[in-house]
Amino acid sequence: MLADKDRIFTNIYGFHDKSLKGAMARGHWDGTKGFIDQGRDWIVQQIKDSGLRGRGGAGFPTGLKWSFMPKQSDGRPHYLVVNADESEPGTCKDREILRNDPHTLVEGCLIAGCAMGAHVGYIYVRGEFIREREALQQAIDECYEAGLLGKGNKNGWDFDLYVHHGAGAYICGEETALLESLEGKKGQPRLKPPFPANMGLYGCPTTVNNVESIAVTPTILRRGASWFASFGRPNNLGTKLFGISGHVNKPCIVEESMSIPFRELIEKHGGGIRGGWDNLLAIIPGGASCPLIPAADCEELIMDFDGTRAVKSSFGTAGVIVMDKSTDIVRAIARISYFFKHESCGQCTPCREGTGWMWRVLDRMAQGRAHKKEIDMLLEVTTQVEGHTICALGDAAAWPVQGLIRHFRGEIERRIDAYSANPHGEPVRIAAE
Amino acid sequence: MAKVIVDGQEIEVPAEYTLMQACEAAGAEIPRFCYHERLSIAGNCRMCLVEVKGSPKPVASCAQNVRDLRPGPNGEPPVINTKTPLVKKAREGVMEFLLINHPLDCPICDQGGECDLQDQAMAYGVDKSRYAENKRAVEDKYIGPLVKTVMTRCIHCTRCVRFTTEVAGISELGLIGRGEDAEITTYLEQAMTSELQGNVVDLCPVGALTSKPFAFHARPWELLKTESTDMMDAVGSAIRVDARGREVMRVLPRLNEAVNEEWISDKTRHVADGLRTQRLDRPYLRENGRLRAATWPEAFAAIAAKVKAAAPEKIGAIAGDMATLEEMYALKGLVAALGSRNIDGRQDGARLDPSLGRASYVFNPGIAGIEEADAILLIGTNPRKEAPLVNARIRKRWRMGALKIGVIGEVVDLTYSYDYLGAGPDTLADVVSGKHSFAEVLKGAKKPLVIIGQGALARADGAAIQSLAAHAATAFGGVAEGWNGFAVLHTAASRVGALDLGLVPGEGGADAAAMAAGGVDVLFNLGADEIEVGQGPFVVYVGTHGDRGAHRADVILPGATYTEKNGLTANTEGRIQVVNRAGFAPGEAKEDWAILRALSDVLGVKLPYDSLAQLRAAMANDHPHTLRVGGLGAVDAGQIAALAGRGGKVEAAAFAQVIDDFYMTNPIARASATMAECSAIAKGAHRQAAE
Repeated sequence: MLADKDRIFTNIYGFHDKSLKGAMARGHWDGTKGFIDQGRDWIVQQIKDSGLRGRGGAGFPTGLKWSFMPKQSDGRPHYLVVNADESEPGTCKDREILRNDPHTLVEGCLIAGCAMGAHVGYIYVRGEFIREREALQQAIDECYEAGLLGKGNKNGWDFDLYVHHGAGAYICGEETALLESLEGKKGQPRLKPPFPANMGLYGCPTTVNNVESIAVTPTILRRGASWFASFGRPNNLGTKLFGISGHVNKPCIVEESMSIPFRELIEKHGGGIRGGWDNLLAIIPGGASCPLIPAADCEELIMDFDGTRAVKSSFGTAGVIVMDKSTDIVRAIARISYFFKHESCGQCTPCREGTGWMWRVLDRMAQGRAHKKEIDMLLEVTTQVEGHTICALGDAAAWPVQGLIRHFRGEIERRIDAYSANPHGEPVRIAAE
Repeated sequence: MAKVIVDGQEIEVPAEYTLMQACEAAGAEIPRFCYHERLSIAGNCRMCLVEVKGSPKPVASCAQNVRDLRPGPNGEPPVINTKTPLVKKAREGVMEFLLINHPLDCPICDQGGECDLQDQAMAYGVDKSRYAENKRAVEDKYIGPLVKTVMTRCIHCTRCVRFTTEVAGISELGLIGRGEDAEITTYLEQAMTSELQGNVVDLCPVGALTSKPFAFHARPWELLKTESTDMMDAVGSAIRVDARGREVMRVLPRLNEAVNEEWISDKTRHVADGLRTQRLDRPYLRENGRLRAATWPEAFAAIAAKVKAAAPEKIGAIAGDMATLEEMYALKGLVAALGSRNIDGRQDGARLDPSLGRASYVFNPGIAGIEEADAILLIGTNPRKEAPLVNARIRKRWRMGALKIGVIGEVVDLTYSYDYLGAGPDTLADVVSGKHSFAEVLKGAKKPLVIIGQGALARADGAAIQSLAAHAATAFGGVAEGWNGFAVLHTAASRVGALDLGLVPGEGGADAAAMAAGGVDVLFNLGADEIEVGQGPFVVYVGTHGDRGAHRADVILPGATYTEKNGLTANTEGRIQVVNRAGFAPGEAKEDWAILRALSDVLGVKLPYDSLAQLRAAMANDHPHTLRVGGLGAVDAGQIAALAGRGGKVEAAAFAQVIDDFYMTNPIARASATMAECSAIAKGAHRQAAE
């Protein structure tokens, strides 16, 4: 269990003063100028050494990402964009940072901006986050007032930070759709390549990072890469904000060491599964797009990138959704499917058409109003969406369905049997040949 | 150049090629819906997925460049596969997704037979459906009188959106909503305002956007397709005329990179119904102030009587806007044989003089040459109305960036931004003398282009203004080795031909205005409907439609339209192009050259040719360049310098627009109900969808 002295987010619950004064009292904004004086290469190397992987879901090494930014500007400005469009169902870690510990993010932006040669940063805040945006804006205003941000600031790196408020579309959390939205266009993902590090915001080199990835960097620099790397297993280093929601006794956000066993996480912080460990049905480990993990695999589950991958799921944002045996698992996944259908941007074919199809079939399966052969058909449809789309939303829509069929095919079949055992007014339809 | 291996075959292609181009260079066929080589890349249909070795997912081949591929571990060229099971499955999957919400209404769909979705479903789809849910239905939208929408069929490729925003320059179509509720719409459901909107029908790979006037009229496989050249404006777009029997059902563009690329204007496309209505299908004779139907011999006899009674110098002829070279040559021959010098092919009164050389009246750099220009000065012209495809080229060049455009004339929306310099010749004189700041722009340009339109030429001081414009071109390096930046933009398809053939008054002869004002006793009017002929002359009208010319005529000889005759024409660039017959003229109407040849016999001055081939041979003898079909010949740049030196006194009056109604510029267009509807909408009679 992570000791209190090793926590990066010391005000994640909002018990303390979140203003600049309070943040400085907790050690933030301490020695920032020193880091910047050591130059961008040093910062990037520190982050590389710390083993920090992106906290937005994909887990791309942050230091490596920063190093993709051109070393010399070719005349175009560089931009840092922070993705605070936290919309993944089951994930609400960035929200706590924004509203209770915003100075970790603001300081991180300055350092990250220096590390990638950016003098301007944008924080794209989810449309529904009203208070969070206000708290963040207040923190930024305080920093400007204190001379920590802006032109000719005390830290020696000119940096302007702007907060942009989204309009509430999930797809705008995809980095290129976010850039489109930030430019004032329709939030639809761009084709890659070119990648944002080359052609990003307004066609200029841009790096898009998750809130948490940026917010942890000042502390990493302050306490050293090796300190951060002392937590977790190799390839899964550091501390992480975990979100625990669903059928646990005490849903919470908690900062823990990476690679913590799932059971320990739930029992120590979540107050245990509702009705005891044996009442666990399945979990979704990192936000709605990750395939579910059945109870049997949760016993030994290690909560990190490799641990979840070993059970054919993914770590995602570490927003764990716990489901006990009272859950109608087919309906739950059907609801997730509806979410992706609703949030598909409609740009490319497989996602636009496939998400609606998957949801409709699942919706029938939740009632049992389907044929057993449709289970395999549904699985095939998910593979037709997966990997064929411009952005990862297609994959995100396909994985939960694949997870359901992988682990709960029996449950779907049981329902179909139960439904067809009784007479119904509405027959199960068959496609016209 | 970069090496790639496509389906096991190693080829070398330019590094900036897309994977799709590379695959095609290797002979592999890549299906696609959203990709179009003249539009920006959307990459959204996902039909063109190919397998790239080393990439876990299939890659959209339209959206990735060869140079973005990584070589193999030992530096071997990147490997692309287009025939593997992975690719087949990806294509079948995408095709299935496209079809699940596509209606099964092919039997009543106008796209049938030329539908990309149909064709590719045959080639890359599976033969049965697994989709048991209800199909999506989408409300149809009103987007104007030319484009019919059946939005349920839409596959969201966004070609139409990209075309209207990029090529046509109107931001009136867009995709609203998201996910499966996304719809293409104009949102306000008003008619689109572009002169090029008809092209979205060709671009639409499915039957979502079809031609409204053509709706349910014919199937593509029933139509006889004739390759021809458009004569609605002076651009000379390459067209394909689709006819059933003798009726022209529709007009489609053909590819001609040098002229129209693959677009045509709405007038070119939708004038077809005007070819059927208001037609003159038999000769008419005016008796006691009224026209009565007559036979050919009667009509000829009446003409012969009048011609015999008239002195040779009191006989004249005017050629109209849509005459082919052959008939103008025959007309000139006839008038000359009758001993007259009164002939004019410039019914609009343009002060263009062929004796100054061909360079003085053609679009010297060529339409494709616009893309090389780095500064453009438009004088007395509104290319959007006079030649929409020239305007589209200017816009294309403008979109490439680093182009300054100056306009002298009226303030109009040209679909691109420009510097408005002034209204009339004074401003032009200021630019030429360097007083105006735009002179610096022209001076700084490597290839400045001066485009002068009929608004500047068709006025009393037109020749002086032409000289001034030539001066603007020569003074700022617009006429140099390898570049000729003096361009005359014509509005009539036959004008350059008329000037080439010398259809201008001989010494002491009367010009069009003088003849129309009553300067002659007998006037041969070859389809000139844009000029008011006054009282006095006995008018012999050779034409096709019951329009202004026919109303004033004393004898009407029914001729053939541009889809009903073979001939040659010269566009504004001076490019000789071929007009082919798609069907026969109605009733007793004949091809115009044959009418003139027969008439000459009756008048006792028989023209020396009995067939079109003989006529062409005679014409080629006098004007050898008419044999050079297709290309642009060399012009003598020295003629422009000479023109610039002529000078002359200009007046202060501002340049006027020569076309105030794009849809109503000739008798065929005025006979077209479609054009009339477009014209009414353009004039502000907005039609809105019923609530």
